[in-house]
Amino acid sequence: MEPIDINLLQQEIDERANKQVYVHLETTNGAYASHFNKDSYNVGAFIRNAKVQYERGKVVGAESTYRVGLKLEIGWIYAEGVNKYEINENGSLLMAGHDREGRLMVALQISETPFHY
Amino acid sequence: MSEHVVVIYPHPDDEAFGASGTITTFREKDIPVTYLCGTLGEMGRNMGNPTFATRETLPEIRKQELIKACEVLDVKLEMLGYRDKTLEFESREEVAKHLNSYLQEIKPSLVITHYPGYAVHPDHDAFGAAAIRAVEMMPEEERPAVWAQAISNDHLEVLGQPQVQNDVTSVFRKKFASILAHKSQADGMLSKVRNEEEDIELAAQTWLGRESFYIWDFE
Ligand SMILES: [Zn+2]
Repeated sequence: MEPIDINLLQQEIDERANKQVYVHLETTNGAYASHFNKDSYNVGAFIRNAKVQYERGKVVGAESTYRVGLKLEIGWIYAEGVNKYEINENGSLLMAGHDREGRLMVALQISETPFHY
Repeated sequence: MSEHVVVIYPHPDDEAFGASGTITTFREKDIPVTYLCGTLGEMGRNMGNPTFATRETLPEIRKQELIKACEVLDVKLEMLGYRDKTLEFESREEVAKHLNSYLQEIKPSLVITHYPGYAVHPDHDAFGAAAIRAVEMMPEEERPAVWAQAISNDHLEVLGQPQVQNDVTSVFRKKFASILAHKSQADGMLSKVRNEEEDIELAAQTWLGRESFYIWDFE
C-alpha cells in the first residue's frame, strides 16, 4: 500500500460513485487488548460485502490521518484514521490505517465485485 | 490403539506459539501428528512489520505460512475453512460434528486444543469447546485423551497447576523455526522482544520455553 495522495485517492473514490459496489469496513484494536493491558477494552466491528451505492464520496485530512465519508441514499459510511491505499489486482480500492508496528487499526475497501473469503 | 496426535486450533500460528515444542517431541518419537486448523486468520491485525500484506492478501499469505510451518514441524495439515473471528457464532454442534468426522477417521490417541473459557480469543474458546464436544461424541472407550491449553491471565489461579508441563528448551530451534515461518505474524511480536533484549532467540526461549496443558476430565 502507498501513503495517501489525496488527489489521486479522490479520483478513485469518484470513479466508484453511483455504481453498485461492495464495501468492507472494519476497525479493531485486537482480540488481546485487555489481555495485555487490563485497563483497555476489546473493541472492534466489521462488515464485509455490504452492497451499497454512494452518490458522493470524499476524502479529507492531511499528512498521516485521513477521513473518508460515503453519502448513501439514506445513510452514510465513515472511516477515520486511514493513511495508506492501493488499487489491487481486482481493481478494488483498499484503504487502511496502520499503527507504528504495522498493525491494522481501520480499513475501508470498495469493490465492484464481492470480496473473497 | 496406535499413537496419533491431533492438534485442533483456530489460527495459523496457534500451533507454533502454543504447541510446536510438544509436537516436535512427538515427531521425534515418530508419532504422527495432524493439525486441524480452523481458519486462515483472515482478520489478523498484523500485516508484517514493515507491512507487506493487506486485508485481502493476508489469507493467502497466512495459508502459505501455515503450510511452511507444518513442513517445518513435519505434521499433516487439514484446513477446515472457517472464517477468523466468526467461530463463536457458528453452531457448536455442527462444528463439533465436522471435527468429529476427522477424529472418527484418524482415531487419535491424544487431542490438543484450547481450554474453553480460558483461552482469551473468542475463536480459541469456541473451537476448544467444539473440539471437546467432538471427543465427547465418541464412545467412551474410543475417546482419546484431551490436553487443553489455557492462556488467560487468571488460569493458574482458577484452574490450578496444569498437569502437563513440557519443558521444550531442548527442541527450541524447531519451535523458533515454526514461529518464523509465520512471518506476517511473528515480525510484530518478535520486534517487541527485539527492542528489549539483545539475543532475540534467548529471550524468546525464556518466554516460550514451556508448553502447559490441562488434562480434560470428561466426568
Ligand atoms: Zn489464535
